[in-house]
Amino acid sequence: MPNIILNGQIVDDNWQLVSLDGELPAGGKVLLPYPLWLSGEVDISAFEAIGVWLPNDTVLDEQAKALDALPVIAVDFPVFSDGRGYTLARQLRERFNFKAELRAIGDVLQDQLFFMHRCGFNSFAVRADRSIEEALAAMKPFSVSYQAALDQPQPLFAQRWA
Amino acid sequence: MYKYDDFDQKLVDERVIQFRDQTQRYLDGKLADTEYLPLRLQNGIYIQKHAPMLRVAIPYGMLNSIQMRKLAHIARTYDKNYAHFTTRQNVQFNWPELKDTPDILAELATVQMHAIQTSGNCIRNTTTDQFAGIAGDEVTDPRPWCEIVRQWSTFHPEFAFLPRKFKIAISGTTEDRAAIRFHDVGLQLVKNEQGEIGFDVYVGGGLGRTPLIGELVKQNLAPQHLLTYLEAILRVYNQFGRRDNKYKARIKILVKALGVEAFAERVAAEWQYLVDSPSTLTDKVINKAASFFLDPAYEANPSEGDFAQQRADNKAFSRFVTNNTTAHKQAGYVAVTLSLKKTGVPPGDVTDAQMDLIADLADQYSFGELRISHHQNVILADVKKSELYALWQALEANGLATPNIGKLTDMICCPGGDFCGLANAKSIPVAAAIQERFDDLDYLYDLGEIELNFSGCMNACGHHHIGNIGLLGVDRKGEEFYQLSLGGRAGRDEANVGKILGPSLKQELIPDAIEKVIKVYVENRLDGELFVDTYHRIGQEKFKERVYA
Repeated sequence: MPNIILNGQIVDDNWQLVSLDGELPAGGKVLLPYPLWLSGEVDISAFEAIGVWLPNDTVLDEQAKALDALPVIAVDFPVFSDGRGYTLARQLRERFNFKAELRAIGDVLQDQLFFMHRCGFNSFAVRADRSIEEALAAMKPFSVSYQAALDQPQPLFAQRWA
Repeated sequence: MYKYDDFDQKLVDERVIQFRDQTQRYLDGKLADTEYLPLRLQNGIYIQKHAPMLRVAIPYGMLNSIQMRKLAHIARTYDKNYAHFTTRQNVQFNWPELKDTPDILAELATVQMHAIQTSGNCIRNTTTDQFAGIAGDEVTDPRPWCEIVRQWSTFHPEFAFLPRKFKIAISGTTEDRAAIRFHDVGLQLVKNEQGEIGFDVYVGGGLGRTPLIGELVKQNLAPQHLLTYLEAILRVYNQFGRRDNKYKARIKILVKALGVEAFAERVAAEWQYLVDSPSTLTDKVINKAASFFLDPAYEANPSEGDFAQQRADNKAFSRFVTNNTTAHKQAGYVAVTLSLKKTGVPPGDVTDAQMDLIADLADQYSFGELRISHHQNVILADVKKSELYALWQALEANGLATPNIGKLTDMICCPGGDFCGLANAKSIPVAAAIQERFDDLDYLYDLGEIELNFSGCMNACGHHHIGNIGLLGVDRKGEEFYQLSLGGRAGRDEANVGKILGPSLKQELIPDAIEKVIKVYVENRLDGELFVDTYHRIGQEKFKERVYA
């Protein structure tokens, strides 16, 4: 079974990712593409649990308020150098007040985990060909940050200059 | 200037550890080229023609003598005894070994320096007026704001992988010396009728392949909202900026595609969620930032000593005073610009010995502080007139007193094809040929202020579009050619992109072509009229006829 980093621990993961044009599995826990989930065409009663994953060109509007009820939202990083997912994460956490598991999926590499975590991700599906243990060990290269973000509600200036 | 506390120091120290690990993993084959690339770029490391190039940040161009000595040491120890100052007020080393770069960063960290975000698709070094804090026409000192932006942008977690690079400039004066309308974001400090300061926010300016002038997106933004408003702009860009084509990925393309009104609406829609959030600045925080940039301990009305007599007695010194000093708000003081544009020396280059000397002179004559201008010169900002002669003698003896600031030979120039992997053509030998052609100082002075800006390729590091005379290296079937454009200029209200004069020219024809352009100016100028004004008054045709006759 694949594993992920969740809240600072390496844990087994049994969510099945459904791709944009992929077949639905027969049952179990599934992460549906956001457009498919929005379409209402999936019989969600067939599954043990439903989560959603967002393509990184998603624009969150009124419809996104319903995401709040889900146990997990994943945001796709098709390539690590495309930073749109960071903004989506902050919007989900700060604007839509999403509290449950927020997972980075796709090209998820250790050198980006710090930024992802600051933007509100608490779950990381590290790319399968990389060591998840090394990634976990390297999650926090910095003990100081200037900006307010999800891990630090106040900017540094409020701490040292106020 | 700004001084690190334990927090700032910890951050750069931890960066060194992080980058050492990343580089080691790369050298061990555990990180792919494509994965290491943005990591090294965000630490200022390019792989160039001969060796990696390391670009070190000089935040808004401010440097102290200790830091300058460290740069000299790095040039001596890890490079070939010289360094190059850039148009972003930064410094580059052209010959370090990749394996040494973590050690160089560790050395830099000991003097509160780093290479963070000097390249890559992230927020780059914020630039400003090289005369900030001493200019008579200043609304307010822009440097505290530069520092606030520096901290906010350093490792901003949301904006580390933007569609493309992002450059911010801040101007505190009415005369814009920071080219703010040619930046992704240009911030103009303004004062309203009540005497309160604010920012006019320009977005979407830039050079490169598609030169565009930034548009006003927000007028008189209250200063406490600066960071949240910037965050809203960056967020709109991060989300909607093009990523399919790197040549269309700058924010200027997004602003142009949406139109400035629609762009401003999107920013406003995003800002409503950010305004008044904890990143809002308080008076206390703003005052604390300002406290790092208080005036040094000026002497009140110091005697000018023999200054007038020295000037009368020595023509070379007098020329230097005329060309290389700038009026100061403090009586008895001037700002001195050291020219890094000596004929035959690549523009912006300094040797390790010169850097050590400059550091000593800063200690002796200017409170130990230095500035780098986007024109690639070094400034001692607070020099007493009574000490100017002694300073000039030391500079003159070391090739740093060329009296050509603001003149044709004080050209902005990228390293070009001699060093840069992107360049289409060499810039340094052509720059030298032009300087040789205009080596008669009296003629040069008669021509007055002319900005000649030179880029070796479309990336426009030499800002050729905003040169009164712009030169661009182009590749024509494997041969190096140069395209001439005229009439460009920076400035808030008169910003203009130069217009291409005609077909590109071979290298050996460039000095002649520029001489012809200059002659047309001399024949047509009105009394006291600058080159660029004559050009705009009489138009392109006369210049074109002469050059292509």
